[in-house]
Amino acid sequence: MIKIEKRNDVTPSIYFLTPILAIFLTLFGGGIIFYVLGFNPIEALKFFFITPISDLYGFSELLVKATPLCLIAIGLSFCFKSNNWNIGAEGQLIFGGIVGGGVALLFYGHDGFYVLPIIILSGAIGGMIFAMIPAVLKTYFNTNEILVSLMLVYVAKLLLDYLVVGPWSNPEGFNFPETRQFSESARMPILFDGLRIHAGIFITLITVFLSWLILYKTYLGFQIKVSGLSLKTAKYAGYKGKTMIIIVFMISGACAGLAGVGEITGPIGQLHRNISPDYGFTAIIVAFLGRLNPVGIIFASLVVALTYLGAETAQIFLQIPKYTGQVFQGMILFFLLGSDYLLFFKIKFLGLKKNEL
Amino acid sequence: MSFDLNFIGILIGAIMASSVPLILAASGELITERSGVLNLGVEGMMIIGAISGFALMVVTDNLFLAVIGSMISGLIISIIFGLLTQSLLTNHVATGLALTIFGIGMSAMIGKNFVGIPGKEFPLLFVNLKENIPFLGPILFGHSIILYFAFLLPFLTNYFLRKTKIGLIIRAVGDSPTSASNQGINVTLVRYSCILYGGAMCGLAGAYLSLIYTPQWIENMTGGRGWIALALVVFATWSPIKVLIGALIFGGITILQLHMQAVGLRIPVQLLSALPYIMTIIVLVVISRDSRKIKLNTPTSLGQIFYKEK
Repeated sequence: MIKIEKRNDVTPSIYFLTPILAIFLTLFGGGIIFYVLGFNPIEALKFFFITPISDLYGFSELLVKATPLCLIAIGLSFCFKSNNWNIGAEGQLIFGGIVGGGVALLFYGHDGFYVLPIIILSGAIGGMIFAMIPAVLKTYFNTNEILVSLMLVYVAKLLLDYLVVGPWSNPEGFNFPETRQFSESARMPILFDGLRIHAGIFITLITVFLSWLILYKTYLGFQIKVSGLSLKTAKYAGYKGKTMIIIVFMISGACAGLAGVGEITGPIGQLHRNISPDYGFTAIIVAFLGRLNPVGIIFASLVVALTYLGAETAQIFLQIPKYTGQVFQGMILFFLLGSDYLLFFKIKFLGLKKNEL
Repeated sequence: MSFDLNFIGILIGAIMASSVPLILAASGELITERSGVLNLGVEGMMIIGAISGFALMVVTDNLFLAVIGSMISGLIISIIFGLLTQSLLTNHVATGLALTIFGIGMSAMIGKNFVGIPGKEFPLLFVNLKENIPFLGPILFGHSIILYFAFLLPFLTNYFLRKTKIGLIIRAVGDSPTSASNQGINVTLVRYSCILYGGAMCGLAGAYLSLIYTPQWIENMTGGRGWIALALVVFATWSPIKVLIGALIFGGITILQLHMQAVGLRIPVQLLSALPYIMTIIVLVVISRDSRKIKLNTPTSLGQIFYKEK
């Protein structure tokens, strides 16, 4: 007989072990899917998860992809911890990219050390402002932030499309939907010759450190966590709920904006239609997989970045579409959420009692 | 003049066709949301329906099987969502998002061998009448049976929710799962059924795209229609009839933007495409600031996890 009981306390070890369990279950599930599709599962998984990072270039690519994912997820952790459902990070990323890219075009042909910092800052502000829309509407009009932030993703995408096709398109670009290549002064410095890894990784690492500081060492961080656990307690303690909603959205939007500006000044070097392969949505998975914990998110971003790389490798070697990466991303989240059940409930296997026989 | 009138008729017919997937998916999601479950996986379930419908059409050469199969596939994939949110009590938002991401990936994987295969002609009804009656002909006739079903569906849904006992139970579960449960209603069972129904309707919406609207398989071919359908439910303030009106407006914008591209008008196409999303936000603000309006139709427990202590 099986009995399910509610747990009274969550042990930290299970809390951080279930993500690892979820990753293993995902690999297992992925193996089954590959087998059904007629591939040798072990070999396919090897192409997916080992081949991409078996050389230095691959490892650098892993960091290139993990950089924006980690940054956005860190920002989202502020929202999610306080029970604010910002799922429009993709839009905030794009809007940050648009503002940063606009400034980069403004400085086209300028040299000077100040150009890049101004671009980066404006990108962060862009993302921040865009994230304030759902926050302000939530606080003053009681709207649902999930739907508003989601709708704004499409508004941002279409705005970007309009700009790169119309007013910002490269005058010498034969009507391709893209802007000019930014000047050298507007590009993130490359860390090693021949690799694409760029200085944006330092922005990510600094942000991770600052978030840890805010979340675990300041009063604001304490307020955020308390509001996430119990809104009633937060109100009773006299925290200014509205201000906090706006602050967490601003932090989260600024992080997404930074990720966007990091992409366009880093690996991309211009604005075009597809500046992000849905990093903003995937970062939600990263935030959950990392348990909304700064260190956890670093590891989670590497795991999820690997699914992007693996999909690219598998596309070349196995001729399967690059969307396959999303199968793994979806499965990770399914298994993670599912295994959370173990956090809150104990499953007890009992023998039948005598009087029941 | 009669030519112009006929052209307008054809235009309206095209708008109706483009609104069908939105009506189907949004009507399904509406029932799911009315039971208190927010499933953000609409896009994922639609695209799974699109590929399974198309793949079944190619393999079996039978359109009826393809349509039924797409509904079953949508239903099957929504079981994952039901299992997680209802049995394992996971967060609705995160689970739905995972479902969309998973669905897009899975459909591309299944569809690998179906890219570039031409679709089959789907039988259209009353084609004679369409050609012989000016204006009204192209509006009323010459559509697929799924279109007629889609235009009937909001009225059926409305009747079902308002006048039948099961409809009442669904609304009760959505508004107050605890009281419903105390009345002896099996909340989890009701929610499971609503999730599966939503999945089947999203599957059908996908099949309409890959079998009728653009009869072929293209990766990611739903192209955000699932998200529009989600927006539509809110836009309609959870009322089935308004879903129909909203879908026609949103479909109209899609068709209008195609024609504007052809005519070469100077309004940016992107602004038109963004209108449905911006309008949804405005509607949300209008209905949310007035607590009476939002209470009128919004399922109070939307997106909340229900757990019954045993």
